[in-house]
Amino acid sequence: MKKHLRNFYIGLIFLFLYAPILTLIVLSFNASKTRAKWGGFTLKWYSSMFRNDAILQALSTTLMIALLSALIATVIGTVACISMQAMKRRNKAILMGITNIPMLNADIVTGISLMLLFITLGFRFGFMTILLSHITFNIPYVILSVMPRMKQLNPSIYEAALDLGASHTRAFFKVVFPDLLPGILSGFLMAFTMSLDDFIITHFTKGPGVDTLSTKIYTEVKKGIKPEMYALSTLIFVTVLILLFLVNKTPAEKRKHPIP
Amino acid sequence: MNKKTLSFPYLFWAGAFIVIPLCMVFYYGITDKTGAFTLENIITIATQEHCKALLLSIELSLISTILCFLLAYPLAMILTGMEVNTHSFIVLIFILPMWMNFLLRTLAWQTLLEKTGVINSILGFLHLPALELINTPGAIVLGMVYNFLPFMVLPIYNALAKIDKNVINAARDLGANGIQTFLRITLPLSLPGIISGVTMVFIPALTTFVISTLLGGSKILLIGNVIEQEFTQTGNWHLGSGLSIVLMIFILINMILEAVFDQEGEGASL
Amino acid sequence: MGQQPAQFLRDREETTLNKLIDLQHITKAYDSNIVLDDMSLYIRENEFLTLLGPSGCGKTTTLRIIGGFENPDRGQVIFDGTDITHWPPNKRQLNTVFQKYALFPHMNIGENIAFGLRIKNKPKIYIQDKIKYALKLVNLDGYEKRMPDSLSGGQQQRIAIARAIVNEPKVLLLDEPLGALDLKLRQDMQYELIRLKNELGITFIYVTHDQEEALTMSDTIVVMNQGYIQQIGTPERIYNEPENAFVADFIGDSNILDGIMIQDELVELFGARFACVDKGFGENKPVDVVIRPEDVELTPPGRGILQGVVSHIIFKGVHYEMEVTACGFEWLVQSTKMFPVGTQVGIFVDPFNIQIMNKPASEDEEAIGINE
Repeated sequence: MKKHLRNFYIGLIFLFLYAPILTLIVLSFNASKTRAKWGGFTLKWYSSMFRNDAILQALSTTLMIALLSALIATVIGTVACISMQAMKRRNKAILMGITNIPMLNADIVTGISLMLLFITLGFRFGFMTILLSHITFNIPYVILSVMPRMKQLNPSIYEAALDLGASHTRAFFKVVFPDLLPGILSGFLMAFTMSLDDFIITHFTKGPGVDTLSTKIYTEVKKGIKPEMYALSTLIFVTVLILLFLVNKTPAEKRKHPIP
Repeated sequence: MNKKTLSFPYLFWAGAFIVIPLCMVFYYGITDKTGAFTLENIITIATQEHCKALLLSIELSLISTILCFLLAYPLAMILTGMEVNTHSFIVLIFILPMWMNFLLRTLAWQTLLEKTGVINSILGFLHLPALELINTPGAIVLGMVYNFLPFMVLPIYNALAKIDKNVINAARDLGANGIQTFLRITLPLSLPGIISGVTMVFIPALTTFVISTLLGGSKILLIGNVIEQEFTQTGNWHLGSGLSIVLMIFILINMILEAVFDQEGEGASL
Repeated sequence: MGQQPAQFLRDREETTLNKLIDLQHITKAYDSNIVLDDMSLYIRENEFLTLLGPSGCGKTTTLRIIGGFENPDRGQVIFDGTDITHWPPNKRQLNTVFQKYALFPHMNIGENIAFGLRIKNKPKIYIQDKIKYALKLVNLDGYEKRMPDSLSGGQQQRIAIARAIVNEPKVLLLDEPLGALDLKLRQDMQYELIRLKNELGITFIYVTHDQEEALTMSDTIVVMNQGYIQQIGTPERIYNEPENAFVADFIGDSNILDGIMIQDELVELFGARFACVDKGFGENKPVDVVIRPEDVELTPPGRGILQGVVSHIIFKGVHYEMEVTACGFEWLVQSTKMFPVGTQVGIFVDPFNIQIMNKPASEDEEAIGINE
């Protein structure tokens, strides 16, 4: 009884979380151009999507920004974590406090603060300004997922590697890095996702002519969303779902033999 | 390589793209167009129009935060109890929706809530009266809860998962019944997660302009909408910055709370 | 082993009067893994009883069933004449000291100790007195306001005990409470626990995998392996008269040899005949023979029953530990006399020091082996 109640509750929450996604997927097959009514099943949005340059352009910008910002943020964030180990307690606490600012601060404030900075510096708004902004809000996600791994790290293994004759660089890449890798990977994935899903900060830091999927959708809201957008989103979502399924399947097999 | 030099890239980045931009917001907030010092941009929050927007924002975001908490806590407890599920799997379920664009997901609620939308169709099928759902403060709250619920669930789940099972057993052993154990042990020990979750829901809800635009029609103005308009339409950055400073007071209070309850700096992580 | 529990019980006087806890036919399995199989055991009032065995032997599960944290699949837990098998932990008149202490991290020491009393709505003054008394008892007066994480492992352990005993339980359950402490502290705490038990006059049920700990503190030791009770008895009995090879090997060092029982009071080892005091094993029957290393006497060559050569020697402080190769077997010998490596020696064992045991029923059970 109690168990059924629990499952029912989890089911309700997931229905709540995934109902809009289901709606979007259904809409992507809707022949009618308005989302208000069902005009029969069609795949035409999927084919016309590939002929829509504006959407494809926005998609490639979005993916480029997400990939580049996640990569750069991962490198800077990981290096920052390593260097923070050597810092004095107080300095480290201050830096961690600053790191937390973009996470705790409102996106709108982060967005306008970067906008003001770019204006003052005389930057031309466009791809670069979006990229710089995304790197900025991505770094904390990387740091916060690498840091716990860093803390668990046994400092002796690095010293043991040195003791056995490895150079500092070699010792790092051979023994420390593999231990940090899961944290780094999840930080990268988190950063990539956050970048992909961001609208607010991009909204304030993008220039005319450059659009990510988010900003494109926002400008379309008033005119009505093009159904190709639903098709594209469905495609992205399903792709990620399949990828995650494949990735998760492998470690699940390994988990049967837990490493002590 | 020296570990000190390794810290330079990030120190530079944090300074240039986190600290200085914030200083600029402060600078713009306390100056006028001529660059002279003024508090007018901040005091303008007291005008009826801005004050109304701020109070409505506070009201709606508080309601959303409380709803998120009430929904998330039992969920987090159930998830903690399900030992088969690995941590990463649970995170995944909540992160996965983010791969569908946030604006589209929120827009999808329009389809569900509209006069002729899915929910009203179901109600009509059951011969129940149609509900006025879209373009109401209620719809905005729903949008907020929908978008920010994961940020409440994950920190609470993390905090609950960290509690030593034997600490719970010890409380039972010392005579506490289920409710007493929950109130005296589980709840206080999950407090850092709760604070973290409250921060991560309340701040974005308080400052949103997207959800109100998408689900509230253009009639309902939140403080986020006011600031956004100052920057992108009116072009009065000084006024927008001044109002942002007001927002940051709330953010600051939250950050202090966070710092007090979570010295490890881990609670904010997903 | 599939032997009847009753067979072990003869060690303790069978008096039904003072059975405080009676476990009857307890069976517990996780998935298909049987942890306890039809186990019966009683615990007397005022007894210091230790459940001893390697990890996975079912000792902790037994304790958790008594504490109410696990429900047995079959069988009953009788406490003071009442069936409490399905009672929740908070209704049971016993308290547990957990492995790793499990102090409430958000409460100070005073609040930790007061927890159980506050739940029972005891008056404030009573609680204050109890905290003082308990802290005095564990030698930590004045620690009321400290937080658990500011205390050392040993101190946290004492607080965990104090927190349990203020509730005046009839039985205190201790789950490897000294496991996380270092050797010196562990020895100190052993004496502390004995003193506490004597002062409180309550029953202790103690779980450990450390045989020395068990021998030092217990009135009764229950040796367990793979979900079965191997032997119940006083520390002396367990050490000197192990019932089977597992017990002999798990408790202390021993030489376990294959022998043939020629007849009563005569056993053959490596073709040589040794007088012993055991009887009733039948004639020409293969048996396990246990000889403790300190019971092996080394004699000048030519004397003794077997002849061998010293192959290793280590100085252990009180005695020398030597390995003597004789008839292809490495004998472990402890002696205060030193025989250099290479010395020809004779081996002699006093009949009283030869312990004869039945072979396990199957090879499989022998393979249960020694995990620790």
